[in-house]
Amino acid sequence: MSAKPVLDHPSLPFVKEAFPDVGLKASEFRGMTTLVVPREKLHEVARFLRDSPECGYDFLSHVLGVDYLDYPVETPGRFAVVYLLASSRHDTRLTIKTFLDPSVDTSGIDFDPELEVDSVTDIWPGAEWPERETFDMYGIRFRNHPDMRRILTWRDFPGHPLRKDYPLRGRGEREHYKTLGRESR
Amino acid sequence: MPYTLEPDQGFDLDIESTEYLKDHVQGADRWVLNFGPQHPATHTTLRLVLELDGERVARCTPHIGYLHSGFEKLGEHHDYNQYVCTVSRMDYVSPILNDVAWHHCVEGLFGIDLTPRAKVLRTIMSELGRIMNHLLCVGAAALDLGAFTGFLYGFNEREHLYDIMEYVSGQRYHPDWTRVGGAWRDLPDDEVFKRMVKNLLHERLPRAIGDLENLLNRNRIFVDRLRGVGCITAEDAISWGLSGPVARASGVRRDVRKDKPYLCFQDNWDGEGAEAVRFSVPVSTEGDCFSRYLVRVEELKQSMAIVEQLIDRIPPGPLNVLDDSKAILPQHGDVYGSIEGVIQLFELKMHNRGWDTPIGETYDCVESPNGELGFYIVSDGGRCAWRAATRPPCFLNYSVFEKLVEGHQLADVPAIIGSLNIIAAELDR
Repeated sequence: MSAKPVLDHPSLPFVKEAFPDVGLKASEFRGMTTLVVPREKLHEVARFLRDSPECGYDFLSHVLGVDYLDYPVETPGRFAVVYLLASSRHDTRLTIKTFLDPSVDTSGIDFDPELEVDSVTDIWPGAEWPERETFDMYGIRFRNHPDMRRILTWRDFPGHPLRKDYPLRGRGEREHYKTLGRESR
Repeated sequence: MPYTLEPDQGFDLDIESTEYLKDHVQGADRWVLNFGPQHPATHTTLRLVLELDGERVARCTPHIGYLHSGFEKLGEHHDYNQYVCTVSRMDYVSPILNDVAWHHCVEGLFGIDLTPRAKVLRTIMSELGRIMNHLLCVGAAALDLGAFTGFLYGFNEREHLYDIMEYVSGQRYHPDWTRVGGAWRDLPDDEVFKRMVKNLLHERLPRAIGDLENLLNRNRIFVDRLRGVGCITAEDAISWGLSGPVARASGVRRDVRKDKPYLCFQDNWDGEGAEAVRFSVPVSTEGDCFSRYLVRVEELKQSMAIVEQLIDRIPPGPLNVLDDSKAILPQHGDVYGSIEGVIQLFELKMHNRGWDTPIGETYDCVESPNGELGFYIVSDGGRCAWRAATRPPCFLNYSVFEKLVEGHQLADVPAIIGSLNIIAAELDR
């Protein structure tokens, strides 16, 4: 296995200084530094990372979800939302991540208040579609998002397909798809 | 006239602050046009719901997902070598670059450093892929405006690129050529490969690009239809996550090949102090459709220069890293000729075997013709990725589309789609 991680990312000291009692965690693997932020503080930390001149992460590369159901290593929550940031000014990259735990059955599409994160579309408007995709695929909702709809599957799709408890071959959505005739509206 | 078409004022039109456009369709002058998903100008399956005021687009709502086929779900059930065949189908205009991108990221996760020969060959192939993509995009930009000749000038040369792909990988269109630690086979013959590439570089491409430029660069119709259309400023381009030629046409100097160098774009790529390949990153400041076209044409020439620098420097030696290691597939001769070869093949291919991968998460990216193409891979130590998330450049580039078209004429919609080079297979995955 690889050596002990080295946390020498240039932005970390500034984040630590600005958010002393938040419980931030950081890890490093293969040269990529990940900052784990509690869900409530995510929006504040993201704004700090963009606005402070020492960090200057003006480019949000992507937003994606991960499901850690039955992952071999213990994680702080079942779902994670990952934000890939890059700074044009300092030419650095940083990954921030927040963990969520569902409170209702994840096989359905019921609203779950625990699976909700503040949207970062007001900081990086480009987050709009990636956040919609994360909602579509994992059912993680984003508060204050301008247009929180599904994006890749259709409106009434009865599942969130990238969750680990969703089977690879689906639940028969395609076979049982309602046929629309000329008369049916 | 509530509309301005000045390139330097951000988006052309802000719906919220334009009194005239605030409400949804009402009254006789407003009507709704459903554009696509099956329409020649959308190239593939994009659907736009356009609210028109006469012929002007008052509001545009893109609906995507018509080509969604669950690639990322498949990525969690295919092993690191198998998934390349799926990845290849994402940006199907330059499939080889997807292969290179995927295995670049996987090798980042495994911590494998390629052999110099593999680096050179992958760099050459990925630049040929970029040429392939830009030729189509530039040609299609002309086609969307009715200049069929330009399309043929571009598409014709792609045929010769297919020939090279076929020679290298055995498949004309989707090479699926890379494997963990190298490629599935070496070049059949170095000299033949060099001759094919040089013929393309010296005989065919300069003529085709010259024809395209002569036809389009000062063409009154082409220029008038593209200049000042679909503008976006550098600040907006960065905050909306745009990358690649679309961002560079707005004056954003970002190129993964320079910012986060990989393969031969990195100094000391052969371990003996070789210099990185030299090329420049074309940037325009206008941010309109015409400058996107110009940036792409210039990138074609830069890619040709990169291939030119490397084609005579293909180092001899092994293609695959650590030929005796257990990480890569054995050569066919070894499989059929020795018991060790059979064992190694089975060790990698059988369902309960495979790689002993590190547990961790990595993100790596390459510069694809449309921008930053990356993969976020979560590994659980098994033979398949736990999560293989794509960072598709088209997806981010297309998200800004509604802002670009609002306020323009209906006839500008195909021009703007063409200039963004949206590939629906990558958009929807």
